[in-house]
Amino acid sequence: MLPNIWQIDPFRELMRLRNEMNRLFSGFSYPFEEVYPLVNIWMNEEGAIVTAELPGINMDKLDISILNDTVTISGSREDEEKKVEDNYHRKERMVGKFSRTLQLPFKINGDKVEARYERGILKLILPREEAEKPKKITIKSN
Amino acid sequence: MEKEKAKTATTTSLPAKNRKVYVPKVDIYETGQSMVLIVDMPGVDEKSVDVTLDRNVLSIHGRVEPEAFEGYSLAYTEYGTGDFQRAFTVSDEIDREKIEAVMKNGVLKITLHKAEQAKARKIAITAG
Repeated sequence: MLPNIWQIDPFRELMRLRNEMNRLFSGFSYPFEEVYPLVNIWMNEEGAIVTAELPGINMDKLDISILNDTVTISGSREDEEKKVEDNYHRKERMVGKFSRTLQLPFKINGDKVEARYERGILKLILPREEAEKPKKITIKSN
Repeated sequence: MEKEKAKTATTTSLPAKNRKVYVPKVDIYETGQSMVLIVDMPGVDEKSVDVTLDRNVLSIHGRVEPEAFEGYSLAYTEYGTGDFQRAFTVSDEIDREKIEAVMKNGVLKITLHKAEQAKARKIAITAG
């Protein structure tokens, strides 16, 4: 028996085509994240530690600024050795300028901020302003 | 309640192998002499990465130490911490003896040189 090739459901074919197209284009949205870099925030009474995933950043291109209760991480990431004749097969990594501002629930002591960059992870130690630290209230009994 | 407790206890005491694994982002480009792979693996250094070539499969595995700061508790999280793993099929036109891998600032760069016979050659045309 001959394969029944003439009985293809046109609607199903269209759906298949649409799925194929979606799959094809889904790859394009992948490298451009709206939020960059991604951060984790650790807290205690003394302050906060912010870690950010920033692989392959040139430290000269990284800028950290503190204003009251906000911290801004900005900079740019470039392809170092990009040549015109180089042929890209795959391009998923973020390239370009980025800026991210985080608001913390306390005023940051800007003079005591520490920043470290290791293995592609930026670590910011953000101590709380002395005057803003929580005070313990003693309860008197009569 | 008892049962639940026991369950969580076993999950936390499981070996480190039971960690999350993420697919790192890569750029792959080709030059005249080589293929270059650039892999983003934040939290990985040269001591915690393995690159292996088995037949024609190039595998990358990076181990990441879990993040923890004493006296602090995690208040907000956007990225998860776990290992990185990804594999690529490479063509036979790669010189297997000449693979270079460099790790810097959480970025792995692997250079695969093309084998002599795979390089483009200009063919001289003589007038007949």
